[in-house]
Amino acid sequence: MSKGLEFSKKTKERLQAIVAKYPEKGAALLPTLWLAQREFSAITPEVEEYVAGLLGLSLVRVHEALSFYTMYTPQPLGKYHIQLCTNISCSLLGAEELLAYLKKRLNIEAGETTPDKKFTLSTVECLGYCGTAPVMRLNETFYENLTENGIDQILRKLP
Amino acid sequence: MPELVLTKNVGKKDSHTLGIYEQGGGYQALKKALLEMKPEDVIKEVDKSGLRGRGGAGFPAGKKWSFIPKEAPKPKYLTVNADEGEPGTFKDRVIMENDPHMLVEGSIITSYAIGIYQAYIYVRGEYTRSISRLEDAINEAYARGYLGKNILDTGYYLDMAVHPGAGAYICGEETALLESLEGKKGQPRMKPPFPAIVGLFQGPTVINNVETIACVPHIIKNGGEWFNNLGAPGVGGGIKLFPVSGHVKKPGVYELPVGTPLREIIYNYAGGVRGDKKVKAVIPGGSSAPVLKVEEIDVKMDFNSLAAIGSMMGSGAIIVMDEDTDLVKTLRILIKFYAHESCGKCTPCREGTGWMAKIITRIEKGQGESSDLDALLDIANGIRGRTLCPMGDAAAMPVQSFVTKFRGEFEDYIKRG
Ligand SMILES: Cc1cc2nc3c(=O)[nH]c(=O)nc-3n(C[C@H](O)[C@H](O)[C@H](O)COP(=O)(O)O)c2cc1C
Ligand code: SF4
Ligand code: FES
Repeated sequence: MSKGLEFSKKTKERLQAIVAKYPEKGAALLPTLWLAQREFSAITPEVEEYVAGLLGLSLVRVHEALSFYTMYTPQPLGKYHIQLCTNISCSLLGAEELLAYLKKRLNIEAGETTPDKKFTLSTVECLGYCGTAPVMRLNETFYENLTENGIDQILRKLP
Repeated sequence: MPELVLTKNVGKKDSHTLGIYEQGGGYQALKKALLEMKPEDVIKEVDKSGLRGRGGAGFPAGKKWSFIPKEAPKPKYLTVNADEGEPGTFKDRVIMENDPHMLVEGSIITSYAIGIYQAYIYVRGEYTRSISRLEDAINEAYARGYLGKNILDTGYYLDMAVHPGAGAYICGEETALLESLEGKKGQPRMKPPFPAIVGLFQGPTVINNVETIACVPHIIKNGGEWFNNLGAPGVGGGIKLFPVSGHVKKPGVYELPVGTPLREIIYNYAGGVRGDKKVKAVIPGGSSAPVLKVEEIDVKMDFNSLAAIGSMMGSGAIIVMDEDTDLVKTLRILIKFYAHESCGKCTPCREGTGWMAKIITRIEKGQGESSDLDALLDIANGIRGRTLCPMGDAAAMPVQSFVTKFRGEFEDYIKRG
């Protein structure tokens, strides 16, 4: 068993309920990784080992999934994760200009975290909000019809 | 304005709750199906409705269900495809956030019709609100006896669960979705065997799009013929959600008869082009659908009419580009998307999308060569029809259509340097 890493009691109960939904335990891998990401904030090699043990899966299978899906993060991110859509409908309405603005404002490139660990900036593919483009996701909140001004206001209000 | 079916509750207070859904006639179709109809009658009604899949390929829903063997050694499954990743598409989210019970009810009726006892809804991981609304709706349905054991005292039982994805466009492809539901990386499977015979956990499996399944309660309540007649005269096939984005004044999801002319959707519903500019190009069915020139926008938005002019209805997502749009940049965005999302399982798609991305980036930077356009077309032709899953075609079609239909603009870009 890995070094002291363990889900809280509540999360363990949730895990049990999730596993019960499938005829095979391994099918619960994606939702379990979600639980792990929320609880431990990143899926480090120790977390991978813990999850593999919980579901009776080989480490390889857990690792394979982890590296395939883009929403899991092996490293801790900044306190605020900004994900800007740069796909077609958002770009038609200025997403690439907003990306340049965000980079300048945060003084980092896409894929980087600010030195104070407050912001991570990513670009993502279509988020399914094309009718209110351009859009970004900040942690789990979507911000639609974005402008430079709007970005200023959103960022200024963050604690 | 025709009467709304799928979006009539959008924007109403608490439209996502069971109480409001039942007040509007919700779950009456379920009662009708389970108490008055035999499973095969349900399939017949859906057959009559002319309902074709809303996820992309447009396969007739009733026909798909009839492929599922009656007797099978393994349990059968329904998996609802709520991965909604096709750029330009944002319609399934509108159903899941505003009317999750419509999807739950449709899934129960569908499962009953096919003899299924376990259903999963695969929702893309980014859609956190859809996920929680569906989970709440499923819990409410269990509490009211619409799910679980002995539904409506008929002896029929069904379990339903939401499965969250985690960011991968390819998981919208039906066999990749099954892999992902089994907890593996989402790479498409070889076909045959088809999912109808060997699908999820080796059992016969039906995969349908959210919008497809959301039509089912309405078809059962009002009849297949009624639904079919909601389509445009001479076209049929019911109503459809058209998500409209890009350079229009009023982007949004419009529920309209199948067969409504594209021009009408852009000008009468979406308000025309911002700044009253001219249209240069329109993608009619999500990013994978071949682009149309402005001369082509009188086309009717139905599967056959779009196929007849070499494009496709796909997800029905309409992306409008005005006269000032830089099509080289736009194509670069699309190619990079496909290159990023290629799952890497087969060579033409994995390598081809990468090469195309390199070439289009070079052209955009003013370093293109006159041979580059033919090279792009060569690679796209080499991908088309030669890949394990339809994503290869999806990547090739935008390239072929953009470069062929707007060749002059691409050549100018290269000449200008
Ligand atoms: C690369 C790729 C991505 C797809 N993404 C989706 C999707 O996000 N949602 C969807 O319903 N269908 C998607 N499809 C189509 C599905 O494979 C499948 O045809 C569809 O879910 C069947 O449902 P329907 O018959 O109700 O349309 C995709 C197909 C491909 C090749
Ligand atoms: S066509 Fe592309 S996405 Fe589909 S299996 Fe091949 S590599 Fe994967
Ligand atoms: S293109 Fe940005 S949300 Fe769809």
